[in-house]
Amino acid sequence: MARFRILVVEDSPTMRQLITFTLKRLKDVEIVEASDGVDGLKKISAGKFDIIFTDINMPIMDGLKLVSLVKNDPANKDIPIVVITTEGGQEDRDRALALGANSYITKPIQATNLLATATQLLKI
Amino acid sequence: MSGPGKDETESGQIHSGEEKGPSLKSGDEVLQIIKKGAEFTQELLKENERLRYRLVQAEEENFSLRKASVEGVSGDELSKLKNRLESLETEKRQMLERFKRVEDENKDFANRYLEIENENNNLANLYIASYQLHSTLDFKEVLRIILEIIINLIGAEQFAVMMLDEKTHQLNAVASEGIEKEDIPPIILGTGVIGNVAKTGESYFKEDLSHKGTIDPTDPIVCIPMTIKERVIGVIVIYNLLQQKDKFTNLDYELFTLLAGHTATAVFSSKLYSESERKLSTIQGFIDLLTK
Repeated sequence: MARFRILVVEDSPTMRQLITFTLKRLKDVEIVEASDGVDGLKKISAGKFDIIFTDINMPIMDGLKLVSLVKNDPANKDIPIVVITTEGGQEDRDRALALGANSYITKPIQATNLLATATQLLKI
Repeated sequence: MSGPGKDETESGQIHSGEEKGPSLKSGDEVLQIIKKGAEFTQELLKENERLRYRLVQAEEENFSLRKASVEGVSGDELSKLKNRLESLETEKRQMLERFKRVEDENKDFANRYLEIENENNNLANLYIASYQLHSTLDFKEVLRIILEIIINLIGAEQFAVMMLDEKTHQLNAVASEGIEKEDIPPIILGTGVIGNVAKTGESYFKEDLSHKGTIDPTDPIVCIPMTIKERVIGVIVIYNLLQQKDKFTNLDYELFTLLAGHTATAVFSSKLYSESERKLSTIQGFIDLLTK
């Protein structure tokens, strides 16, 4: 069993593959993918995660809603959430952080940035 | 000093001069003793003087010997210490040089590591882009993947994919992001920036990449031809980059090169597949009609 479980919530298969591919470089991690917020919530209720990476603009349920639901759930509120989005404005960043997101990464993502954020939040 | 004659005389007078004898004898004896004592004292003084002189000599000798000894030993030790010091200085210099070399090597390794890390990341992006582009034969799906790559990997905000109609020699927008397809007019091959890129097959990059409030669909900041060998089948046109992106990296140019080739083959093969599927379906329809 892996030491860390990571959930990647992203509707774009290209981005999902890129994030997963990058995060797999961390040692002893298991990565679970979800294609939108609802799918993400299902995965969260089915198992424990050490960190969540989520896109903001997604169909069915966006990333901000997912952040809000997870952070208001006593069972999962301590899971660190990293928001990944194309939105680069300070307003979006503040919104995500106000909802409880722990970190914020803008697209196009840099692998080093992604790995550094994961390493920091997982305290590896 | 007593001689033999005097002894005999003294001896002969021993009995006859018995009454005065003892006082004379003891006076001489005392005198003799005093003389002897004086002589002994003189000898002692001489001896003392001699010994004093000898002591001074010994002390001088000792001092000289000690001095010579000390000088000899410390000279030797000093020489050894000097040699050791020089050896240690040389060793220290060598160590410092080695340390500097190792430090330089370390910096080189760190830089090389970063380069490899970047290269690795770039390759990962290119691999994923390529993998995704060739993961389907569905034309619409291929177009969607092209859009995803341009948004997520390049960081474009407003852009379009235009295909060349070989009959009309016009470029028509078939997919777009951040701008409506209908807002992009058809471009005649060879006219304007976009038309020229499609005609020459050479990419176009505008120097000023600053974000624009309003865009001119005929004036992109980037135009990449989609080519199969020398044949251009369409172009990718970028009008605006994401707000947080102000310049292109080496990876972007590599992605553009990849897009130029791989999007073309992916689009072309998906179109061929769709046509063949359509033809197969038509033929199957005929066969079904004939066999019924």
